[in-house]
Amino acid sequence: MSLLAADLPYWAQSLLRVLGGTVAVLLPAGTIVYLFLFKMMSFMQSRLGPMEAGPYGSLQLFAEVGKWLQKEDIAPENADTRVFRMAPLVVLVSTFLLVAVVPFGPDAYFTDFDAGVFYMLAVSSISTLGILMAGWSSANKYSLLGGLRAAGQLIAYELPMVLSVIGVVIQAGTMNLQSIVIQQNDGEIFGFDGLGNPFLLTQFVGFLVFMISVQAELTQTPFDMPIAESELVSGYMTEYSGFRFLIFFIAEFATAGVFSLIASVLFLGGWGLPFSWFGWESVDGIDNWMNVGGPLILVTKMVVLSGIIMWVRFSFPRMREDQLQRFAWKVLVPISLVNIMITAILKVVF
Amino acid sequence: MTDLADRQKLSYIAAQAADARLNVELETEGMTLNIGPQHPATHGTLRIIVRLDGEQVVWAEPSAGYMHRGYEKLTEVRTFPQVTALINRIDWLGSFANEVPFILAAEKLMDIEAPPRAQHIRTILFELSRIANVSLFLGDLGVQLGAVTPVFFAFRDREYVLNLIESATGGRFHPNFDRIGGLKDDLPAGWIAETKQVMKRLRAFCDEIEDLLFGNEIFQSRLRGIGVIPADVAKQYGLSGANLRASGVDWDLRRDQSLPLAWDKVDWKVWTHPDGDSFARCWIRLQETRESTKIVDQLLDTIPAGPIMAKVPRIIKVPEGEAWVSTENPLGEMGYYVVSKGDLGPFRVKIRSASFNNISIVPWVLRGVYVPDVISILASLYFILGDIDR
Repeated sequence: MSLLAADLPYWAQSLLRVLGGTVAVLLPAGTIVYLFLFKMMSFMQSRLGPMEAGPYGSLQLFAEVGKWLQKEDIAPENADTRVFRMAPLVVLVSTFLLVAVVPFGPDAYFTDFDAGVFYMLAVSSISTLGILMAGWSSANKYSLLGGLRAAGQLIAYELPMVLSVIGVVIQAGTMNLQSIVIQQNDGEIFGFDGLGNPFLLTQFVGFLVFMISVQAELTQTPFDMPIAESELVSGYMTEYSGFRFLIFFIAEFATAGVFSLIASVLFLGGWGLPFSWFGWESVDGIDNWMNVGGPLILVTKMVVLSGIIMWVRFSFPRMREDQLQRFAWKVLVPISLVNIMITAILKVVF
Repeated sequence: MTDLADRQKLSYIAAQAADARLNVELETEGMTLNIGPQHPATHGTLRIIVRLDGEQVVWAEPSAGYMHRGYEKLTEVRTFPQVTALINRIDWLGSFANEVPFILAAEKLMDIEAPPRAQHIRTILFELSRIANVSLFLGDLGVQLGAVTPVFFAFRDREYVLNLIESATGGRFHPNFDRIGGLKDDLPAGWIAETKQVMKRLRAFCDEIEDLLFGNEIFQSRLRGIGVIPADVAKQYGLSGANLRASGVDWDLRRDQSLPLAWDKVDWKVWTHPDGDSFARCWIRLQETRESTKIVDQLLDTIPAGPIMAKVPRIIKVPEGEAWVSTENPLGEMGYYVVSKGDLGPFRVKIRSASFNNISIVPWVLRGVYVPDVISILASLYFILGDIDR
């Protein structure tokens, strides 16, 4: 039970969690869209981006959301209407389920359970279902191609993602995300504890594979075959408009944020800084301010990681789907298998 | 290599085979996909009907004519000087280059020749419109392959070229500047120095695009070995311009033809590539943009003094006769067959535009490729819809 909410009645705790969850999903999405999609992309492309709404266009996002909310919610005549309407929500649900296991501070978390990694990998594939639903129910050939490409791609990249996380799990000896964070900040490398032991240093192969898989899971540019706006118009999102397109849009960037959160939890030490900086001996010695500072630290790490994701997105051309599958099965999977093997051997040796 | 009729038979058989395949092994169903008329990859309203087996194309057919504006007919009710305003709109990215062959054909019929200064400036503007056209291709190529950034660099640097064309001719896109017997105006003051600066900038842009796109491994893996057109097939289908040179055919009308223009007075190179794949076509265009900047640079140094207009009658009546003039336009060979009956306007004009012939190879080259390659091959063939549909 969270210490922060310990004195509150149950309904208040629940309310706090619902609000916290919404913030944890929407805030990263908004940050990523404004910082990277609007501004970084514009600066890379020698233009200014939105400048009118708010200082430096910072309220542009609200304008966009307002515009989308006003639009008519259209479903094609031949579409399987119920599935068509449900699909974006399914995609968004997977994002909310993902954020539930992310620890934001020593006591600031939604749930803390031992199979956290397993749960995270499991619920992340729900979005595949939503995308396939959207592609199939739209009654549009481009959507169908996009949906099928998405299914093939997301399943292919699920595997290297799972395998790259196994390295972390072996090293940490636990699947609890909170314990993984604490181990990274509490640990030491060769007796030097100034950096803690972020798994980025020992699992950098796993980190690379994980980030590439995340790029593919998010269908961002080198792997954006399912959307492929120059080929498939907009892939599985072709027929969506207004509110439901907005949900797809939020889900895309919120998932980018949540995956960046998870990557920083798994590899960069999550909410913590190395405990030795503050002279904390163990988990029990952590000062309570970490429950406020932790989320900020975590969000900073998230912004860095999602910045890298977006940077790659804006610079690279797109791969073909057979090249993409080949890359997953012939490069990423073997690399992560070798990584698991080496990690396991070293774990036994040390 | 089999001839054209056999190829058509083969593609028919391929389509039949695709139908026959449907219920055999997996009980799969083929799918006919209309790429276009409204589609982001077709730069307008080209429609390509592809028959897919999974994502593999078994049969493809371009269906042009959604933007047909009837320019050949319209020219018959215009006077000769008025025609240039129409034919500007054929290849709208390299407008000035459309005017030149028509004007040359009219001059040929009237048996007059523009003064050397006009010939020089014509050639410079011709090459500038080539640069404006092809630099946009280089950026658009990235968009077709999913890289959104290069196109903004292309728009940024093309703007400088358009500014030059605007300051010289008064029109950014449709100059309507070429006259029978010369040009409308002389160059404005300071234009030459400014153009030299812009050419330097354009060479930097070419280097930037080469770094950004052509050196990228994903880019190369998307284009190398895709859409290979052997030299003899390219000739059979009447490809021209960079598409033909990318197949290894050393053919450039700027060099091979003696027209009253200034290309023979400067030192430049015709690039060819042995591969004939999509990458070769893009690479040839990149090199040609560089080559064009060099041509412009050299021509700027050697503009002769003198008038820009030959002596022509006030009311232009073209004597009876027929003339054919074609030039190496940004998209390939563009020619006009002008028939005059001695009236104020042409009796009949046949326009040979490059893109129309260039996309005729689409059914041949698209068979067996995947949907993403359809887009990259179309992008590398580089058509402009106005040039197809006229």
